[in-house]
Amino acid sequence: MSLINPGFGLVIWMMIALLVVLFVLKKFAWKPIMEALKEREEGIDASLKAAERAHDEMKDLKLDNEKLLKEAKEERDAILREGRKIKEKIIEEAKTKASSEAANIVESAKERIEHEKSAAIVEIKNIIADQAITIAEKVLREELKDKSKQKEYINILLKETNLN
Amino acid sequence: MNKLSAIKKAFTLVGTLLLMMMISSPGLMAQHNNNETDKAWEGSVLKEEFKAGDMIIEHITDSYEWHIISIGETHLSIPLPVIFYDQGKWHFFMSGAFHHGQQAHDGYFVSHKDFNAGKLVRLDGEGNEIRPQLDISITKNVLAIFISMFLMMWIFISVANTYKKRKGQAPKGLQSFVEPIIIFIRDDVAKASIGEKKYERYLPFLLTIFFFILLNNLMGIIPIIPGGANITGNVGVTGVLALFTFIITTFSGNKSYWLHIVNAPGVPWWLKLPVPLMPIVELMGIFTKPFVLMVRLFANISAGHIIILGFISLIFIFGKIAEGLGYGVAIVSVGFSIFMDLLELLVAFIQAYVFTLLSALYFGMATEEHH
Repeated sequence: MSLINPGFGLVIWMMIALLVVLFVLKKFAWKPIMEALKEREEGIDASLKAAERAHDEMKDLKLDNEKLLKEAKEERDAILREGRKIKEKIIEEAKTKASSEAANIVESAKERIEHEKSAAIVEIKNIIADQAITIAEKVLREELKDKSKQKEYINILLKETNLN
Repeated sequence: MNKLSAIKKAFTLVGTLLLMMMISSPGLMAQHNNNETDKAWEGSVLKEEFKAGDMIIEHITDSYEWHIISIGETHLSIPLPVIFYDQGKWHFFMSGAFHHGQQAHDGYFVSHKDFNAGKLVRLDGEGNEIRPQLDISITKNVLAIFISMFLMMWIFISVANTYKKRKGQAPKGLQSFVEPIIIFIRDDVAKASIGEKKYERYLPFLLTIFFFILLNNLMGIIPIIPGGANITGNVGVTGVLALFTFIITTFSGNKSYWLHIVNAPGVPWWLKLPVPLMPIVELMGIFTKPFVLMVRLFANISAGHIIILGFISLIFIFGKIAEGLGYGVAIVSVGFSIFMDLLELLVAFIQAYVFTLLSALYFGMATEEHH
């Protein structure tokens, strides 16, 4: 029966000890421990969130990079396409220009040739006329050495004139 | 897995050994009896009587001295101060004056009778033992409480200092041993039972009683000083712990808590109206809850100690019959005591947890918001 007969002194001392320990530990142990734990937990939480954010940012950055690369590629393709077009155009233009130039040259050459030809013909005509005159002069001189012949010839000429 | 199977193997081995001893010891006894049949019996009867019950009760109740060891008739114990007030006078002396409970001092002596056994008493005119009016002696349990309280303050203040020193770093040493327990009490006991909003107010108390009960449960298993005092197996101590829970619960009870007691919802009206049956039951519940807390812890820890001491007593009881039998039983008894010690190790944690969890649940009930 003495087992369930607690000593009064023990109860009093236990109360005092428990109260003292409760207040001492509350102030000097539990409070700093709880604060430290909370702080650390918040720290860990914040770091995790920051890491996640960084990860997201990295992902965005990668996406951006890809987009940039794609854009750059497209731009390059466009530039290339345009260059090719310009090249073709230049070649085309050059071709047409060259052909027209050639045509011009041929034309002017033809004209020149025609011109030269006519000039040459005129000159030949002149030379021939001159030669004919001199030959005719010489012939006439030979023919008309004597007076009879001169008269004969005048008559012929006159006859011809009459016919006209 | 390997470890587990090894443990299993060890257990079966020990079990077989124990069984073998149990079978072989009667044979051992018989042999002994053949040699000196009557002499042994006479000797055992003539020897000073060994009363297991008295020995066990003596070991688990409070004492005015801290007994360490007895060799033959020499008792080695630490005398403790005896302080009490009686018949208009304060008395103060060391318990050594009682000569291990065998002598009176100033008419006061340590009782050996029934209810007051182990307590300081004096004889009144008619020869009845009566207790002094106010006995505040520093007994074995009081000293053990002081030691464990000091130990607790030392442990947790040093841990708190480590927290301050190593801000934001991973725990280390003693800190990493207590931190999981502290977090467990905070998250799975306080937060879970009381709720996110109010748990912080009760956390210091819950942590303190948890570690106090755990520490003293463990110290109670250690048989030598500074352990060996049966603090958490003492009704006075568990009563104070339960009283604190009761006071905190009662003072933090909100309107809905009291309303729930007076007019429990979901109960048929005829249980409340002509005869207020439910309110009476609920009102009794206010007192039975802490009472049960007190008895549970006290009974669990005391029972464990009683069983271990019972096994040890068996050795001496059988030893009185025949010495060889005592040795035979010793092996079995020690085996069972080791098993009980391991069980008590488990019980130490379970009971500390249960007491704290139930206290937290009562606080949660008292502060719960009904809508």
